Amino acid sequence: MNEPIFEGLSLAEIREINAEMSHYENKTAVSIEALKIVQKHRRWVSDQCLIAVAELLDISAEQLEGVATFYNLIYRQPVGKTVIHYCNSVTCWMLGSDQVGESLCRHLNVELGEMSADGEYTVLPIVCLGACDHAPVVMVGNELKFDINEDAVNEIFGR
Amino acid sequence: MEIMAKPLTKNIRLDRAFATLADYESTGGYQGLRKTISQLQPKDVQQWVKDAGLRGRGGAGFGTGLKWSLVPVDDLSQTRYLVANADEMEPGTFKDRMLLEQDPHQLIEGMIIAAYAIQAQKAYIFLRGEYHVAKFRLEQALLEAKSKGYLGEHVLDSEFSLDIVLHTGAGRYICGEETALLNALEGKRATPRAKPPFPLVSGLWGKPTVVNNVETLCNVPHILHYGVEWYQGLARGVDKGTKLFGASGRVKSPGLWELPMGTPIREIIEQHAGGMRDGCTLRGFLPGGASTDFLLPEHLDVVMDFEAVAKAGSRMGTGVIIVLDDKTCPVRMVLNLEQFFAQESCGWCTPCRDGLPWTVTLLKDIIAGKGRIEDLDTLAGLTRMLGPGNTFCALAPGAVEPLQSALKYFRADFERYIAMERA
Repeated sequence: MNEPIFEGLSLAEIREINAEMSHYENKTAVSIEALKIVQKHRRWVSDQCLIAVAELLDISAEQLEGVATFYNLIYRQPVGKTVIHYCNSVTCWMLGSDQVGESLCRHLNVELGEMSADGEYTVLPIVCLGACDHAPVVMVGNELKFDINEDAVNEIFGR
Repeated sequence: MEIMAKPLTKNIRLDRAFATLADYESTGGYQGLRKTISQLQPKDVQQWVKDAGLRGRGGAGFGTGLKWSLVPVDDLSQTRYLVANADEMEPGTFKDRMLLEQDPHQLIEGMIIAAYAIQAQKAYIFLRGEYHVAKFRLEQALLEAKSKGYLGEHVLDSEFSLDIVLHTGAGRYICGEETALLNALEGKRATPRAKPPFPLVSGLWGKPTVVNNVETLCNVPHILHYGVEWYQGLARGVDKGTKLFGASGRVKSPGLWELPMGTPIREIIEQHAGGMRDGCTLRGFLPGGASTDFLLPEHLDVVMDFEAVAKAGSRMGTGVIIVLDDKTCPVRMVLNLEQFFAQESCGWCTPCRDGLPWTVTLLKDIIAGKGRIEDLDTLAGLTRMLGPGNTFCALAPGAVEPLQSALKYFRADFERYIAMERA
């Protein structure tokens, strides 16, 4: 599909990363955007991709690794096609987020952070998603889902 | 009428659809900007906002006009930046999301006026990576604003030009701290910077930078459109204007409401949120997010003003209340809060990096029945060691606010766990 030309990055990825550069003063500033672009194409950031991005941005792989591991939404391990983030901050916790997390994992027969056997899902906790009036909430891929209970969890998996 | 009493939320619709440019213009949108560009000098805009009494809505409450007036503008050729802090991540807070998703032009107009006031040529919206709907709608709104000449080269055919870039973060609470946010924008780890120099003098890439919260910026167009006197007349208390207040937890109707500054907390919890759910009793509340001190039912008549809440022993913070009911254990609630802060500490300075996990360990031990009464003194000691002045930024001092007040107000709950172990 995408012809790899930059030791681990596809042409499309390189184009998208380069396009971001016009918005910032220097290449370093694109680090986070670049990692997100790689993830959009590959779901996660492998060592090989990290090194390639660092080369493209003229920074050390160590510096970029420091950035990659700092942020909650950059994955340095393979994740499923859809990442399900369940909020475990205070209001969601009060209204049952522990049970939501357990229920999600039980449905998929996984531990937190683990990929489901079919490669479809990974469940991760996340900090407050800013929808506390509908707690507990989860984010399935990019989509926020409100007032989560056991039925709502079943619905996520089409059961 | 709504426009005048609820300027911030007049375009908010129950179906969560968002206000297009036409919708926004039909309720007075971009009139404040037109007036600004055609009639006012940057210094005038600063003065209007200062006179209006607008204070930052992100939690700290710094005077917005004053902040702008501290930006050096002697050298007009120098680059200056405006940054909208849309990294809403304070647990229990969900106000900016509504403004971003449902009335994006309000923020954009506020940003253009603010940028004009400090003569910034470039502005960034630092948006939480998780706010996907807001991202989509802001992208659309930015294009609309550009096509209508509100944004870009020669705003409304004036000499003033502005470019706004939408940046989405990758998720970390500390990005809300303004100097950490600047490091994140520069593509680095979001560790806070030493102050001084303040960002107003040396911010993004070393250039003068103003960072304002989303809700703060959303107030600006209305001040310019309707005037200082009108704005001041909105409030019921000492602080000016309206604010988004909210409540979550076991109340009947959790939600968000635009109300005058100076609205009593009782009114927010009992009227707007409908009081406690049946079978639940109010035990306390965090008035403005996870990093504010607990208050008790006896404080319900405190009004939502910066000074008034401070006098009661807490902070208004973001103004979105987290309600503690009698079915929730305050010790476990504090554990949840400290786990959050320990996880989100950037690790840059020692008291925060080591102190917060220590509070988590002690709280876990207490809940597991392995606590000792001396642990409460250790926890109290930690709240002092992590308090103001001992850390690089405000994360740790904020983190210990709910802990220190829980130790004061809910001590019996802590002691009960410890006594259980003895028995």
